[in-house]
Amino acid sequence: MIAPAIHMAGSLHAGGRCLIEAFDLTLPAGRWSALLGASGVGKTSLLRLIAALPCAARLDGRITAQDNAAIAPRVAMMAQDDQLLPWATARDNVTICARLRGERPQPDRAAALLADVGLAGHETRKPSQLSAGQRQRVALARTLYEDRAIVLLDEPFSALDAMTRHTMQDLAAGLLSGRTVVLITHDPAEAIRLADSAWIVTRTGVDPCPLPPTAPPRAPEAATTLTAQAALLQRMRLHLASEAA
Amino acid sequence: MIARAARGLWRAAVPVLVTLAVWQAVVSLSGVPRFILPGPGLVAQSLWDNAALIWQNTLWSASNLGLGLVIGIALGVETALLLALSRRARWLLRPMLVLAQAIPAFALAPVITLWLGYGMPSKIVTIALVTYFPIASALFDRLMSLPAGLSDLSRLSGAGRWRETLLLRLPHAVPGLLSGLRLAAVYGPLAVLIGEWVGASQGLGHLMLMSNGRGQTALMFAALIALSGLSLSLWIAVEALSRWSEKRLSFA
Repeated sequence: MIAPAIHMAGSLHAGGRCLIEAFDLTLPAGRWSALLGASGVGKTSLLRLIAALPCAARLDGRITAQDNAAIAPRVAMMAQDDQLLPWATARDNVTICARLRGERPQPDRAAALLADVGLAGHETRKPSQLSAGQRQRVALARTLYEDRAIVLLDEPFSALDAMTRHTMQDLAAGLLSGRTVVLITHDPAEAIRLADSAWIVTRTGVDPCPLPPTAPPRAPEAATTLTAQAALLQRMRLHLASEAA
Repeated sequence: MIARAARGLWRAAVPVLVTLAVWQAVVSLSGVPRFILPGPGLVAQSLWDNAALIWQNTLWSASNLGLGLVIGIALGVETALLLALSRRARWLLRPMLVLAQAIPAFALAPVITLWLGYGMPSKIVTIALVTYFPIASALFDRLMSLPAGLSDLSRLSGAGRWRETLLLRLPHAVPGLLSGLRLAAVYGPLAVLIGEWVGASQGLGHLMLMSNGRGQTALMFAALIALSGLSLSLWIAVEALSRWSEKRLSFA
């Protein structure tokens, strides 16, 4: 598995309105890229377009992988809503994508991945018997089971409480390293913790943000992290003010 | 468990006892002749005296109901699956289904009896027809309303339509099937009655008509009670099935 860089350029439209006027974005290979911005700005649309999923917005432009091969078959996705099957056990949820393709599921591999995300012994539990954090862990294990080079994360941790979110961020950073990860978030702290590069998505384009020189996942209590976080928040506020004007 | 069953029984017993008391009071106070409204005692007596006759007719109606339901459910499930799997089938069949639904299936009972005679086939067809539509439409609606997240998951996995239907849509649609079944449990006994009223040589509906014609009002009431018992057992069975499967599939 070689994780490719993704290049996207053009303008984004929805319902006869321009969402993003012109942008040119290269998401580096095998790294975490964070896209920040106000809700409704089109972040999720960008993600859906990368995955070639049905999308209300239309891109005038192109999305290509650095190796020019198709992107969608190499994508796994994780969203804020865990998208687990309520009727299936944790293990069956982890293997669902393989079963949907008609492949023979590998229960041992599923169990190993569940152990990796800290759910050893929970293989036969159903989503209703798990906490929100545990359900999101199952979703992460399902994403890992797919073993795709490109992983799209649409605010996957924003519905979790602060402590759980912190643990999940560490876990995801470790388990998804080496893949091209695109993280949609509205949380500057999350972007600063996890991203190798970050952009603020606005109506006029994408604004690259400076990040601390250390490698992610960055310690949330480090002075450089906190300073960068404050600077990023300030930058997002300025964008919001100029959009409103 | 036993305490719960006892409480349930008690809750069911209260309205029944109240109804019996009011019924007896109306009969005693108004002095209505017994061929207009027999008292509960007379009806119970008739139920006892004609137990064999009532049981035999109940069996007949129940077997019609059972067969009709099985056929209606099987056809309904098959139609819903076909519509969910094939865009062409949807395009062709959906308008036909909507049109067919506009004709009240009960109104077809005389026509069906005309074509298929007084025996079992006409009853089974009427019951199947009446239960078919609620099953097909409730199941189909739910098959087509897969949550967006699961739809994304299926698309990203590269799932085919068959596997998506089998592994995602069908389990998701079980509550739809159950609400269709609940409707079928209500319409089914009605269809039995109407089928037998239109023309039959056996069954509880037939027994009601016969006893009414002969002025055996108490027997008519006894048959009515047997029919209610039949409906109630069906309803309880469907309710138990719903609870069990909703719990098993963790929808509740």
